[in-house]
Amino acid sequence: MKHVLAILVENKSGVLARVAGLFSRRGFNIDSITVGETTEPGISRMTITLEGDEAVVEQVMKQLNKLINVLKVSNLSQEPAVMRELMLIKVRAEPHTRSDIQQIVETFRGKVVDVSLNSMIIEVTGNDEKLEAIVLLLQHYGIREIVRTGNIALLRGAKVTRENGEARRSKG
Amino acid sequence: MIIAALEHEQVEVIFGYPGGAVLPLYDALYHAQIKHILTRHEQAAVHAADGYARVKGKPGVVFATSGPGATNLVTGIATAYMDSVPLVIITGQVATKLIGTDSFQEADITGITLPITKHNYLVGSIEELPVTLAEAFYIASTGRCGPVLIDIPKDVMEQEGTFCYERNREIPGYRPTYVGHPGQINRMVKAIKEARRPVIFAGGGVIRSGAAAELRELAIKCRIPVTLSLMSLGAFPGDNPLFLGMPGMHGMVAANFALTEADLIIALGARFDDRVTGKLEQFASEAKIIHVDIDPAEIGKNVPIDIPIVGDVKQVIRELLKRVQPGDTSDWLQRIEEWQARYPLSEGTAPSSGKLKPQFVIREINRLTGGKALITTDVGQHQMWVAQHYCFREPRTFLTSGGLGTMGYGFPAAIGAKLASPASTVICITGDGSFQMNIQELATVVCGNYDLKVVVLNNGCLGMVRQWQELFFEKRYSQSLLHGNPDFARVAEAFGATGLRVSTADEATAALEKALSVRGPVVIDCLIDPAENVYPMVAPNRPINEIITGRDLE
Repeated sequence: MKHVLAILVENKSGVLARVAGLFSRRGFNIDSITVGETTEPGISRMTITLEGDEAVVEQVMKQLNKLINVLKVSNLSQEPAVMRELMLIKVRAEPHTRSDIQQIVETFRGKVVDVSLNSMIIEVTGNDEKLEAIVLLLQHYGIREIVRTGNIALLRGAKVTRENGEARRSKG
Repeated sequence: MIIAALEHEQVEVIFGYPGGAVLPLYDALYHAQIKHILTRHEQAAVHAADGYARVKGKPGVVFATSGPGATNLVTGIATAYMDSVPLVIITGQVATKLIGTDSFQEADITGITLPITKHNYLVGSIEELPVTLAEAFYIASTGRCGPVLIDIPKDVMEQEGTFCYERNREIPGYRPTYVGHPGQINRMVKAIKEARRPVIFAGGGVIRSGAAAELRELAIKCRIPVTLSLMSLGAFPGDNPLFLGMPGMHGMVAANFALTEADLIIALGARFDDRVTGKLEQFASEAKIIHVDIDPAEIGKNVPIDIPIVGDVKQVIRELLKRVQPGDTSDWLQRIEEWQARYPLSEGTAPSSGKLKPQFVIREINRLTGGKALITTDVGQHQMWVAQHYCFREPRTFLTSGGLGTMGYGFPAAIGAKLASPASTVICITGDGSFQMNIQELATVVCGNYDLKVVVLNNGCLGMVRQWQELFFEKRYSQSLLHGNPDFARVAEAFGATGLRVSTADEATAALEKALSVRGPVVIDCLIDPAENVYPMVAPNRPINEIITGRDLE
């Protein structure tokens, strides 16, 4: 099963190496990892997607919690959450296929962000399924290059992931 | 500033080795009151600090220089990490502006030690230093203990700053749980009351948390037999009738049978190492398992747990003792007694051969010291023989590298043990292979005139490797025979220690008596029967009730 972990970390040098190193050392596979700032200065948020059964994910979370710079680990796949990934696709686009491609992009609510004589770059965001679907369609025209940001996720509703204690509901 | 912080932490002794990047630190040490032990290799400095910490129960402190000084520490740090030993290691680093340029004696020691430290730091400025040192001591010695390394660039050491030191400061991402969940403890009470075939399996955590007295009370009150992992020998008296001995690969038959047939296993501060469990799928298949550990990640890591309790073992047992009621274990204890009578420990094959038996030497040490000595070992056959044949009675009297299995640990650890407990008789029992891995420390012990004894069980080979080759590789003794071994007694003499060499039982007894009667370092080179193997034995990845005993092979 696929799991998405949200990890709040102190933004100190080496923290990414600590987290990534833990995965490789203990033989856990990461599908994707993203890092970014949060509203709190000095605290970053990582989103890690990984494949594994319950026991593996439990062990991953426990080991992550042991890292001193890790403030909070939560498994977002156990609750309703919004998950998004951004992808840029460079696709072969001859003058006669351009409008077809354009139509596909519109259907997926993507954007064309660059056009050249025989290629286009398409920007599209969504969950795994959606991204895989557009890739499948565009393969028909010839995909030259893909880059993906990896998943980010937020819990649905007013609930937030905070550094102290469990995820809690805000009063509003 | 570093020295001032160490004084605040009441550090009495530092183990270390100077070099270019720590010159400012050693200069500050020159006028300080803290004792510094100069080992002859950085690895020995960590092992000595580790031995000190295991005996004293507080962090051992190590200094080393950048580059090779720091990398020489790695084995010692990994040893301490695997056995949860509190250490604070301070390494010098090249000056800040040189970091990352592959400068002279530069090594990324925080990167290298990332997976073998509980935490580590590269200090960026003098302002960070007091906080970092305070955090390091706090992290090393609380929760599940472990080594913490602080890498300090030379220019930071030379800076001046205001010193403001606050011990045990709170760290946002670090909050160990000490108190066990009351509901879980209630479940534990119920399980103990209902159990008919319970076994307590205690590990090193019992010693680290100082729970030996509580363990004894629990076992005796509830009439539950106790098996101790290698790391916890001494946490329960070896001569108590409820003691089963060590379990696992070279464990006692009764201990392995008891774990296999138990209906309840109470695991206290143990981590179900593969050397204990054997083939996991067949380990304790009939038992409900309670696991008490301060590290939540250990619970359920190797073995599924029925009643998990995160907390400090001592506090949890204390809480438990308020409510626990003994179950009926009389049939079970009788069964265990039968196993113990039927499968006594082998004192060696063909004891009448006239050859000196290692088991005999260890039993003599036990007899002559009354089991009250502080014993360190290296790794291999001699380590297992000590675990089997020496009767440990008190916690913190047996120091051995259990997790990492580091040859070369025992001798330097004995130095640390002696400094931690100067009144104790300290004996390092080692092998001819292991001793040579840190034999240079003879200079350290002669220099300090430490009253410690080294007993080399010399079989002229890497005994445990040779044993596996005999049993599992059709006697192809590939690279396990140590031709060219020196006469260890003469080596000791050359360093200025007393050296004795023995090859019979009578000589061994006389030499041990002599060694224990003189002050100062003594090395006894015991030429033992090289064919002797460690039995009982469970083959790797076999269930622990499938036991090879020496008798099968006679």
